[in-house]
Amino acid sequence: MSAEAVPGPDGPSGAEGPERSLNSGAASPVSVVACPDGPLLIRGDFELVGADGQELPRTRRTVALCRCGASVLKPYCDGSHKLTGFRSEP
Amino acid sequence: MKQPSARGDVSALVLATIAATVESAQDGLARLGAVTRAAVAGTPDILHDDDLQLALFCLYELHYSGIDGAGDDWEWNPDLLRVRQCIEAAFEARVRDEVDLGDLPGTTSEAVCAELFRLTGDDSGPSMSRFVSKSASNDQLREFLVHKAVYQLKEADPHTFAIPRLTGRSKAALVEIQADEYGNGLPARMHSALFARTMRELGMDDTYGAYLDVTPAITLASNNLMSLFGLNRRLRGAIVGHLAAYEMTSSQPNRLYSRGFKRHGYGENATEYFDEHVEADAVHEQIAGRDMAGGLVEEDPRLLPDVLFGAAAGLAVDTLMTRHIMDAWESGGSSLRRSEAMAS
Repeated sequence: MSAEAVPGPDGPSGAEGPERSLNSGAASPVSVVACPDGPLLIRGDFELVGADGQELPRTRRTVALCRCGASVLKPYCDGSHKLTGFRSEP
Repeated sequence: MKQPSARGDVSALVLATIAATVESAQDGLARLGAVTRAAVAGTPDILHDDDLQLALFCLYELHYSGIDGAGDDWEWNPDLLRVRQCIEAAFEARVRDEVDLGDLPGTTSEAVCAELFRLTGDDSGPSMSRFVSKSASNDQLREFLVHKAVYQLKEADPHTFAIPRLTGRSKAALVEIQADEYGNGLPARMHSALFARTMRELGMDDTYGAYLDVTPAITLASNNLMSLFGLNRRLRGAIVGHLAAYEMTSSQPNRLYSRGFKRHGYGENATEYFDEHVEADAVHEQIAGRDMAGGLVEEDPRLLPDVLFGAAAGLAVDTLMTRHIMDAWESGGSSLRRSEAMAS
């Protein structure tokens, strides 16, 4: 079993930056993957809030956020980018 | 699962064999081997062969939840495994004939992911989801659930067999997807549980295998394909590709399925299964394509053809299943083996 990529019980080491403010669980760095021609995939410990600062309904840890504008589940992706032919590169 | 009814010599002998003890079944086992070889050699098309697909389904079922009356020691019985391998070999060869991979992409994660999206976007078969959305009758919705129930009541299980065969990035990705499939720790949120609720909402029996006797060979073949890929380590690339293809062809169809059930006045208890998949699989398809399938190929580039084969095979067999169902419906009939079983 490899433990190299796993944060220790005290969270990520100081070398990875300042400790984040988290609402639950052990600290793990947030990553945002800009999926080519698709959504933004967000992993890790993060809060997703509306303009009023209230947390948005969320049922899974890792989410895909719409960036083509066509989703009917915004802010989440519903796969519509494949139907509209959305391109992330100019 | 309760014992299904036999559909021919092979499935009858398989069912009789596993209902007996290993000690008392030796004569039957010897006969089963010969009967199976003859049936495999003589079938016009194993994908539509009710007897062989049911026999294979029952042999695989020994590795899942088992069959009522069958002893657990049958699971790894070498003679029975030989019978399974005889059917499997012909089944796999037939599916490979159905699939043309064309030019292979590069072995980077992005290239694999892009090719999987291209492959799944190209799928030009008949559209069950558009039909269900706009035209399916209430009886057809129930038939649709019968076909889906074989997999969806054990949703994710065949692909879970791959977990110990993967490492690193692809393993973490598969587990991330499966955790969602299994409800993230909440039994009522398991996709199989959501599907069972949909069945109950339509007044159907949500017991696993309740409608197996009316389920046609091609639907069993679609399920047997996943078990073939999931239970053979040499096909770990194929089971990964298969899952990626399933995730990539799910979000939009499930939105349309949900609409079809709403059209008939069904509420959230019936539609939540489909609605959940719209959002979940828009996440899963990205993880599956890039991290699971792409990650696996980056780690072992030799698996690239198998990953694409698994994806293409899943699409090809499911296209045949959809065609079977739509052809039956278009001619005003039932896609099931005996329609009276659905009338109750």
